[in-house]
Amino acid sequence: MKGYLIFALFLAAAASTIVFFGGVDALKTTWSYLYWLLIIVAVAAAASWVFRELLRRLMPEVIAKPMRQAPLTAAFGIMIILAYIIISVGAPLIAPYGEAEIFTRINVLPGGDPELGGDPAHLLGTDQIGRDILSRLIYGARNTVGIAFLTTVLSFLIGVTFGFLAATLGGWIDQSLSRGVDVLMAIPQLIFALLLMTIASEWAYRSGISLTWFMILIIAVLDSTRVFRLARAVGLNIVVMDYIEAAKVRGETLSHLIFKEILPNAYSPLLAEFGLRFCFVFLTIASLSFLGVGIQPPLADWGTMVRDLSQFINFAAYDPLTASLPLMAAGAIALLTVAVNFVVDWMLHNSSGLKE
Amino acid sequence: MSNSLVKVRNLHIEGRADETWLPIVNGVDLDLERGKVLGLIGESGAGKSTIGLAAMGFTRDGCRISGGTVEFDGIDLTKASTAVKRSLLGKRIAYVAQSAAASFNPAHKLMDQHTEAPVYHGVSSRKDSEADGIELYRKLRLPNPEQIGFRYPHQVSGGQLQRAMTAMAMSCRPDLIIFDEPTTALDVTTQIEVLASIRDIVEQFGTAAIYITHDLAVVAQMADDIKVLLKGDEVEQADTRTMLSNPQQEYTKSLWAVRSFQRPQKPTAPTSETPLVTVRDVTAAYGNDLVPVLFGVDFNIHKGRTVAVVGESGSGKSTVARCITGLLPPKKGAIEFNGVALPASYKKRSKNQLRQVQMIYQMADTALNPRVRIKDIIGRPVEFYSGLTGSARDERVAALLEQIELEPSLYMERRPTELSGGQKQRIGIARALAAEPEFIICDEVTSALDQLVAEGILRLLAKLQDELDLAYMFITHDLATVRAIADEVVVMKEGKVVEAGPKDVVFSPPHHPYTDLLLSSVPEMDPDWLTRLLEERGLENLGDAAIARINS
Repeated sequence: MKGYLIFALFLAAAASTIVFFGGVDALKTTWSYLYWLLIIVAVAAAASWVFRELLRRLMPEVIAKPMRQAPLTAAFGIMIILAYIIISVGAPLIAPYGEAEIFTRINVLPGGDPELGGDPAHLLGTDQIGRDILSRLIYGARNTVGIAFLTTVLSFLIGVTFGFLAATLGGWIDQSLSRGVDVLMAIPQLIFALLLMTIASEWAYRSGISLTWFMILIIAVLDSTRVFRLARAVGLNIVVMDYIEAAKVRGETLSHLIFKEILPNAYSPLLAEFGLRFCFVFLTIASLSFLGVGIQPPLADWGTMVRDLSQFINFAAYDPLTASLPLMAAGAIALLTVAVNFVVDWMLHNSSGLKE
Repeated sequence: MSNSLVKVRNLHIEGRADETWLPIVNGVDLDLERGKVLGLIGESGAGKSTIGLAAMGFTRDGCRISGGTVEFDGIDLTKASTAVKRSLLGKRIAYVAQSAAASFNPAHKLMDQHTEAPVYHGVSSRKDSEADGIELYRKLRLPNPEQIGFRYPHQVSGGQLQRAMTAMAMSCRPDLIIFDEPTTALDVTTQIEVLASIRDIVEQFGTAAIYITHDLAVVAQMADDIKVLLKGDEVEQADTRTMLSNPQQEYTKSLWAVRSFQRPQKPTAPTSETPLVTVRDVTAAYGNDLVPVLFGVDFNIHKGRTVAVVGESGSGKSTVARCITGLLPPKKGAIEFNGVALPASYKKRSKNQLRQVQMIYQMADTALNPRVRIKDIIGRPVEFYSGLTGSARDERVAALLEQIELEPSLYMERRPTELSGGQKQRIGIARALAAEPEFIICDEVTSALDQLVAEGILRLLAKLQDELDLAYMFITHDLATVRAIADEVVVMKEGKVVEAGPKDVVFSPPHHPYTDLLLSSVPEMDPDWLTRLLEERGLENLGDAAIARINS
């Protein structure tokens, strides 16, 4: 009861603030935006409900069973992630044009209406050097998501291996690894990454290896510090178990201990962390690209697209559709982040034994 | 019938598992009069604790009361609102949990937790309640009653904590206390102390109690009536003496008979024979501690014999095992195998030396990797030590499963979480056997198991010993187990061997005073045992006090 009352008070306060500053018209405008927001949420909920029902009924028991207990948010997340995977794998089939294909008409406005400066062949228009924006959005999924995934996998390989090593061996190995990680973590990650990328761009120029590979390596190493922390903490709890002692006394090698005895018991926290880390890596790459040192042209990438199209945001008062172009790339990033987090929340909930 | 306090009729409780509701308790009736103590006994999974909690109108998460009524003093708790229940719980109904150490909030002093309920329910002021707490501590014979309440839970020993918990339950002078296995986690000498205190205080205040335990001898001392439960059904109920002397049902008789398992003691090995394992003058300490936990421990284990190492928690029993396996290299002394000294650390031992010494753990839950299939848990040592792979390995695993009396086709593909406690312990045994050792350390292997299951494990170990001529080092604090299976006994106290020798010699007088204390502290099935013991020993000569007297 108390909750509803507070909510009602909050609504009333918000409405009176809007009326106070913008008059009754502003309230109407706000309502129309809210109205669209509600419709979007309702459609998303309905779609994920249908998606969940489909999974429950049509999929084999292995998938259907967890879905019966899954909340709508998790179904929504899975649906969106699946959609992203399909788009990024099938980009050449889905996209109307090639990733780096340049057309003669530059700065075609979106909407496809010739009278308003659009072109039916380019639904979302073209950018300042004449590339099809829709195609680049679709290819962007492939690059941004694919590179983020690769980076996260790499950072987990590094972080988990060293984390478990530290947990199992203890002593000075643990100390030096942990302190080393502390030092790396003490430097703000984005600034450190920027610094290293600047150095790496020189190497890339000299060696001819694409800067993207350096970026993957740099972000993976920087991000593996967080994974190391988690893996070490999880590992420490597992290492004290009797079955690890039994394996040690049996004379098992270190790699058997780490990969056969410890790792299988750490899957659920690590998997949950993987989802979360993926989002952070993804955002880091997008920010680096936005700053111009990340994924390099002609590869399409959402972060770069936000930067390149950012000046369109100035048209918001006259042409909302054009202004929303940079927001589409940003929205694609946000949507995936939200979707992954929904799924991770659900997995965390399951692995922490809070279910039922 | 105004004397009736708790009236449970046709109680049904269900638990949610795997998307369906499964019955846990099927229609149990329970009556308790004011001032009476009812003992609930049964194996784990019998629904004892669930019924105990239901008598407070409470169910654990994922459980629900699906039928029947629970009346407390005329109030139906199954229908009562949360507000009504809240006014009863803590004030008129109190609960004492199995692990006091886990139930106290470690961040608050004992007295603050003690006074919380009376102040909340408005029974008394904080000051009065504190004074009353000190009085209760005195009645429960806690040392230093004026000060102990102002300590934090970790500063107080397990037995004292359990008594402080009982005092806390008493703080509002409830009509009913539910004791859920209050002494199960305690040593025998401490257990007596707690039992005597609980019985005393329940009698003094005329409190009714439900006493839940799986230990028959304990319930015999505490309860007026005993109710035997099996898988959520009542087996039978009678007053304590009738129940002990004349059980009606087969199941009850089988419970009573468990303690009868005994195997004949083997003759002492000739002194000329080289012992299989020699623990020679071992002194050990953890880390860089200056104070050792073992002081010159010295004993032999001969081929095919069972040596029981007895002692209370903290006596160094398990540390000896860690020294033998090489997990804790001793500071002084050595472990010899067949007359040859083993390297102190397991890291320096050869594969063959590692193979010879195997271990079975107390907690089968943590001893088996939950993510590995049974086939691989047993198969790994087979593969590792004898190099068998593929179908030869699987055959050996199947043979081992048959040896531990589990059907190979049913269990090969399972994981430990799909097994019962007893089955897990059997897998632990099979894993040890897979190395084809001559010597196995059994660390409290039966203490986490129900009595019937534990007996099965003991019989299996005895059978395997006869078949394979194994030597066992049996670490336990349960003297009934020692009586059943040991050939020789080593009694340990505070890191020293107090007494050692063949079982018949150690267990017959004259004893070392500590052995005597241990032996006489084991509860017997006789309902008058505790009363008699208290008369013999005196109230001031229990537990910590008695040990202090031996030391002086």
